[in-house]
Amino acid sequence: MSTDDQILEEFTSKEYEHGWSVDFEADEAPLGINEDIVRFISAKKEEPQWLLDWRLKAFDQWKQMKEPNWANIKYPKIDYQSIRYYSAPKQDKKPQSLDEVDPELLKTFERLGISLQEQKRLTGVAVDAVIDSVSVATTFKDKLSELGVIFCSFSEAVQEHPDLIKKYLGSVVPANDNYFAALNSAVFSDGSFCFIPKGVRCPMELSTYFRINAANTGQFERTLIVADDDSYVSYLEGCTAPQRDENQLHAAVVEIYAAKNAEVKYSTVQNWYPGDKNGKGGIYNFVTKRGICSGDHSKISWTQVETGSAVTWKYPSCILKGDHSVGEFYSVAVTNNYQQADTGTKMVHLGKNTRSRIVSKGISAGKSQNSYRGQVEVMKRAEGARNFSQCDSLLMGDKCGAHTFPYIDIKNKSAQVEHEATTSKIGEDQIFYCQQRGIDEETAVALIVNGFAKEVMNKLPMEFAVEAQKLLALTLEGSVG
Amino acid sequence: MISIKNLQASIEDKEILKGIDLEVKAGEVHAIMGPNGSGKSTLASVLAGREDYEVTGGSVTFENEDLLELSPEERAQKGIFLAFQYPVEIPGVSTTNFLKTAINQVREARGEKALDAVNFLKLMKEKMKLVDIDQSLLSRSLNEGFSGGEKKRNEIFQMAMLEPKLSILDETDSGLDIDALKIVADGVNTLKTNNTATIVVTHYQRLLDYIVPDYVHVLYKGRIVKSGDKSLALEFEEKGYDWIKEEVAAV
Ligand SMILES: Nc1ncnc2c1ncn2[C@@H]1O[C@H](COP(=O)(O)OP(=O)(O)OP(=O)(O)O)[C@@H](O)[C@H]1O
Ligand SMILES: [Mg+2]
Repeated sequence: MSTDDQILEEFTSKEYEHGWSVDFEADEAPLGINEDIVRFISAKKEEPQWLLDWRLKAFDQWKQMKEPNWANIKYPKIDYQSIRYYSAPKQDKKPQSLDEVDPELLKTFERLGISLQEQKRLTGVAVDAVIDSVSVATTFKDKLSELGVIFCSFSEAVQEHPDLIKKYLGSVVPANDNYFAALNSAVFSDGSFCFIPKGVRCPMELSTYFRINAANTGQFERTLIVADDDSYVSYLEGCTAPQRDENQLHAAVVEIYAAKNAEVKYSTVQNWYPGDKNGKGGIYNFVTKRGICSGDHSKISWTQVETGSAVTWKYPSCILKGDHSVGEFYSVAVTNNYQQADTGTKMVHLGKNTRSRIVSKGISAGKSQNSYRGQVEVMKRAEGARNFSQCDSLLMGDKCGAHTFPYIDIKNKSAQVEHEATTSKIGEDQIFYCQQRGIDEETAVALIVNGFAKEVMNKLPMEFAVEAQKLLALTLEGSVG
Repeated sequence: MISIKNLQASIEDKEILKGIDLEVKAGEVHAIMGPNGSGKSTLASVLAGREDYEVTGGSVTFENEDLLELSPEERAQKGIFLAFQYPVEIPGVSTTNFLKTAINQVREARGEKALDAVNFLKLMKEKMKLVDIDQSLLSRSLNEGFSGGEKKRNEIFQMAMLEPKLSILDETDSGLDIDALKIVADGVNTLKTNNTATIVVTHYQRLLDYIVPDYVHVLYKGRIVKSGDKSLALEFEEKGYDWIKEEVAAV
């Protein structure tokens, strides 16, 4: 990493004198967080010393940080000592193929409507599935490795590709970037790693499914994607969690590094449990996602469909460092009942002729609050930078709220920044028109909402688009009439 | 087919329909005329089940069923179609997608299997020809940015696709140029069978040259004040509504 990059803070390594580790027999850490827990997780993963040190440093920094409170969300104070930071589904040995995976786990996926077997056979999607904290199975690895593509669980990457991990881990989201990123850096238990070598177009969509299963368990996964010069990859991430009365914490970190001419497309369908009608339970989703377009002419594109979680705090961002690099953010966020979402993006223009495009569609129903928060920063050197932002809000009923917080910071006069925003309501006349053609009210709402979000939905890979459409409808079920 | 008896309806406590009686049999075409604000669209909306209107009295029977008990979508599924005076825009939803959803829900309600892509496309092609509508219009967002005439033509296309028993056309002729008027009228006439009926709301005799009504009714201040045959429409074309207004005032 170059040192002139003020945004990416470098961190110095610090030696730890106590190199011991706690040896729990169980596949579960006890509740709470302290240095021993961090060591326990690291030991479980048989990590090298440098990584343990990295975690401990992050933990140290986290202890000195404060939970951010600037977002437009309200939730009771999180008791970090009542969370379990590591929980692994019990398995006798590591699976080598899907057939060796615990059938119970596979059933879980089938219940979600996404069977790994099916995906493998029908769509050629390579899937890395993370349940609770452990990566369960990575399919298609052999096929990918012929091309030199590395796609595996994070823990595996630590063992097999330590140089790459050491080089890129924390290079886009430093361990002390923010409160939740620091927490993740200390206790992350697994996640996915993906490396696309020079000149390779990854021939299939790479996909990860996350799921929180165990009670009182937090999920802290980490994803690291590195696209070398002239490479391309499309990456999908899906998440679900079962219904539980208590709130659960999800604090993930995703880092993307795009070298010269590389393109990374990252799509998310987020469907964590949103809590019940009265706002009881649900996932607190505090996620840091950031990509750097490091090389000239590189491109990073975020597409997200956010339907779940009780609270969402998430701003997938792009640092446009390379000249002529492009950052995109396409988002649909739906909130119903008592859900709260504060989501958006940050586009930092560093390089010349960098371009960014933001399309955000917020849909609020029930008593929910839906905020778009976006920042466009054009630095001094970013001659000829351009941004276009479009933020549309759709309201259903009059008890919900839609808010937009666009921040624009321009330090180069040649920049062109455009911002458009609209707010509309689903009209009774629209619903009646649909009904008059024989369409029931729920379906009418789904149709209208999907139409509203179409520009973003169109950006999703086919496999995801259908699921995402269903999710929108499902989230809004019972929000009319 | 439909039997309307002493139908009264109001909106926001304002009485609009003050006792409508109308009997439409299968195979018939009825025209409803009358000055602006007399309640023609209100009648159409009440028949289609719009909830903003409160039915305060009377009854409506459609094919031996109490129509007023049914939800708007149930009425549509049973074969009532309303071509809107002001078709509604639905951004991001194409006519094609809209109709696919509609037709399959109607079929489901009738216990029929959903149309597969091939058969749906076949049906589309056939009906597109009937109302001479362009494919490109159907893949655009429904009614968004459509010209007045395109909206009306699209309504008739939807009607053709849904093959209703009772069609209510609310001023479908306004906004159409003369060629489009002929095409739309041809479409309506082609779809007409002995088992279907049509109620045409219009201000102009011109449409009735093409869609020839069996009966013409005049709606004024929420009541049908005069009924007759086709010649009644010609009379209004010549004399306007003043003589009717005077006649009503004299009563
Ligand atoms: N939402 C409403 N609130 C108050 N009054 C209404 C409402 N909707 C309709 N009206 C009134 O009801 C009356 C009948 O309206 P309607 O649209 O049925 O007339 P119409 O016969 O179709 O007229 P036109 O020939 O102009 O289309 C009008 O006076 C109108 O202003
Ligand atoms: Mg009218």
